[in-house]
Amino acid sequence: MNEPKFVYVTYIATTPEKLWQALTDGAFTERYWFGTRIESDWTLGARVRFLRDDTVSDYGVVLECEPPRRLSYSWRVEFHEEFRHERPSRVTFEIEPMAPRMGGRRSEVKLTVIHDDFDAGSKVFRAISGGWSLVLASLKSFLETGGGLTSASVEALKEAEERALAAARGAAA
Amino acid sequence: MTQLSFSSEKFLPKTVYVTYIASTPEKVWEALTSAEFTKRFFFGRAVEVEPKVGGSFAMRMPDGRYDIKGKVIEWDPPRRLSVTWEVDFEEFRELPESLVTYDIEPMGGSVKLTMTEAHRWDVPDAILAGGRQGWPLILSSLKSVLETGKPIEINVKVGPPKEMIEAVKQAVATKPWRSAEARRT
Repeated sequence: MNEPKFVYVTYIATTPEKLWQALTDGAFTERYWFGTRIESDWTLGARVRFLRDDTVSDYGVVLECEPPRRLSYSWRVEFHEEFRHERPSRVTFEIEPMAPRMGGRRSEVKLTVIHDDFDAGSKVFRAISGGWSLVLASLKSFLETGGGLTSASVEALKEAEERALAAARGAAA
Repeated sequence: MTQLSFSSEKFLPKTVYVTYIASTPEKVWEALTSAEFTKRFFFGRAVEVEPKVGGSFAMRMPDGRYDIKGKVIEWDPPRRLSVTWEVDFEEFRELPESLVTYDIEPMGGSVKLTMTEAHRWDVPDAILAGGRQGWPLILSSLKSVLETGKPIEINVKVGPPKEMIEAVKQAVATKPWRSAEARRT
């Protein structure tokens, strides 16, 4: 059986440097990640913390850090008791600059997010896919328009979280 | 909503892509069903669709030829469009059609768009790879067009990857979908 693995690809009109900043600077993540502030000094082995309303929702450790191309950290989900007993999984961001079409001057990048290293039957794995597509769509809007999907944020995030919990409970049943 | 007598339940989802767009369901529907829009984000292809269940569906390339043909299975503006998807290109013509469905859901001032590519046979990953490469770019570009007025315009290699062509040739030679059909009857 294949190990559970989530892969999401998106293309964003931005530079690798700006995308890197958006992924690693808490002042930026807060604006598209529905109020989640990421904090780390981004050295190998350093602690990564996800803060929401000043409480740690999740945390991890930096596994790879090659600005502005590749970032990987472990991820232990704390935000709900349903997930807390699982060992950390791993998230990797790959940033590839893309060649513009003839005559094009705008920088565009391909972002691949890989979330893997789950145990078989992981509830976290069942829960994450809805959240990632929402967060990454908001990240793309933020970089291209200056605003995240703010109008959608509260309702969409709540729905994604409810679906995540429902999926986790379904896995337990 | 009307539905053609077509058993879409034979088709299993193999590739699903979800994105959220700061737009309205009506605008997302228009972007997916109007030629002027699709030309901007769908590798230059113009959609031609008869707006009714059973109507024809096609994608016209910039050179005027068609490489995707199919039929409308569900036409439910601005919420759901489902079409059969036959690739009209070399050996690909011999493959069974797939089913492509767009689901459009309003969500707190934005729109959740889900694209589902479903198949009625056990498609190898090498063939699914084509759609898995293409859809993220097409749908990222659609989101950019609707939110910023500008598509993603990277230089993509034209044509399917070599491994995909090999896998299609092999599938056409062995026709694995026939055994699946025989089991069902």
